[in-house]
Amino acid sequence: MEPLIRAENVVKRYKSGGAFGSRQEVRALAGVTFSILPRTTLAVVGPSGSGKSTLALCLACLEPVSSGQIWFERREVTALDAKQQRALRPSIQMVFQDPANSLNPRMSALELVSEPLNIQNRFDKRERRDRAYDLLQRVGLPREKAAQRSDEFSGGQRQRIAIARALALEPKLLILDEALSALDCSVQAQVANLLIELQASLGLTYLFISHDLAMAAHLADEIAVMERGQIVEMGAAGSVVNMPQHAVTRRLLLAAPGVSNAALEPQAV
Amino acid sequence: MTPLLDVQNLRVSYTARSGQCLTALANVSFALQPGETLGVLGESGSGKSTLAVALLRLLPANGRIERGALHFEGQDLLRTAPRELEKIRGGRLALIFQEPSLALHPAIRVADQIGDVIAAHKSFARRAVREQARQILAAVFPTEAERIADSYPHQLSGGQRARVLIAQAISCGPSLIVADEPTAALDPETQQEILTLFRALRQKFNLSMIWITHNPLLLEGFADRVLILYAGRVVEKGTTSSVLSSPRHPYTQALLRCLPPRIEEGVASHKEYLPAIPGESIVSAAASEGCRCLFEPRCAERMVVCTEREPEMVQLSSTHGASCFKHAG
Repeated sequence: MEPLIRAENVVKRYKSGGAFGSRQEVRALAGVTFSILPRTTLAVVGPSGSGKSTLALCLACLEPVSSGQIWFERREVTALDAKQQRALRPSIQMVFQDPANSLNPRMSALELVSEPLNIQNRFDKRERRDRAYDLLQRVGLPREKAAQRSDEFSGGQRQRIAIARALALEPKLLILDEALSALDCSVQAQVANLLIELQASLGLTYLFISHDLAMAAHLADEIAVMERGQIVEMGAAGSVVNMPQHAVTRRLLLAAPGVSNAALEPQAV
Repeated sequence: MTPLLDVQNLRVSYTARSGQCLTALANVSFALQPGETLGVLGESGSGKSTLAVALLRLLPANGRIERGALHFEGQDLLRTAPRELEKIRGGRLALIFQEPSLALHPAIRVADQIGDVIAAHKSFARRAVREQARQILAAVFPTEAERIADSYPHQLSGGQRARVLIAQAISCGPSLIVADEPTAALDPETQQEILTLFRALRQKFNLSMIWITHNPLLLEGFADRVLILYAGRVVEKGTTSSVLSSPRHPYTQALLRCLPPRIEEGVASHKEYLPAIPGESIVSAAASEGCRCLFEPRCAERMVVCTEREPEMVQLSSTHGASCFKHAG
């Protein structure tokens, strides 16, 4: 089966400004290669600063890569010009960690979900509204609440609105950057279930970035472990968690809340 | 033994702008012994943060402790004069907030921010204040205390800022620290480092702690006892191992069941639906009083009596209690 998205040797450099004009170069991504099959979930885990969010931005075409290639559905995205890349945006959407920051608090749920449709100028007004109501229903928000301002919703409900909004343009790939991390445990379970259901019913592919290894292992088909801009381990979720090969993976597993140290003996490789 | 902190039937309410009176905490009772760590587990709307500020008598202008008793080190905090309270706060009883970046002044160096806390409570000479601040920083930053002392908050990582808040909290040698989700903004590895630091400090300084969190996994191996809050009520309390391994209240049971499978149990099957608790957490503030169990609408084991009145705490053993009609007589 063809991967939906493929990255090869992707490098992303940032220039960080130092004092007195000394500019240091930071390699947020130092040569990343991987692919994701359609309708599967790849979880990306790693310590802070390992490049997970940078990877997300590059895949979503929100940041240009410094070198390397990215293919989406067999088209080389990195070879497209800005206009052509923008045309791809509907196919790759992102959901961020904090809905309070990513959703306009003054807009209603309906307005937020309709906005991408309005911007892309698809469908007539009536159909856009119908689609928006439909999306809200899909994510479990009742029609009566559609006119409520987003800041009147709970954190979990706002994240559902963010997901509905991301689905408006019928994307193939959804990048979830710590999308569950700010939610209460019981709400995480609800939204995780929603993600599983949407993947099955809409055929979505997910890139799931998370600090929560347990949730990542629960939702993912494959897990990629990053450290300092590189993928240091990658494989089926069960293998990576049950038989970690790399020291960083073992460290992350040990640091997961509630893990008893006895469960993780060093592996003889 | 006199408890270090004794809370009896605490009721806290807020007056909304509309004039409506909303209850954030009702009938909250617990006692904390010296050297003990009590975990308070609650999700959004449970009243956990209200509890933190109420204990320090720091409720906002529209909040008030309506009823109940609050004794700290034998002193009745509800009848203590404001000036006396100011000495106790920070001096004997410290609070660590969730967001380090909000709690630290951006334009004051770390050493001075700690020094400010010390100077507010001790009448030391300037040199002694600096020395005390230096010692506290060394306790909290074993290897880089000097550099941290001279830094501004924005120059520090999230984990380092969390440590500075801890340093501020312990700077005057309090006997009790109330920590409201102090590691929520940190990644798991840093979280573990901070928990390790707390373990070391509480042993070194014989600290008692109230650790507030929404993540049950953080309480294992860290808190001695736990209190489970739902909609402003204590629904279950007991030793950590007892409550987390044999929860007796339907909310606690449902909450622990909806966590993703534990990593050390191996990844057997995934992408299965988690047994999520149906419905939304009610906003405790809007709850009606004494008329019914507030968890009832979402409860898998609800009975008729649950809609008739509020359950009371039932002692299931000397170390475990739950507020649920299924345990009542």
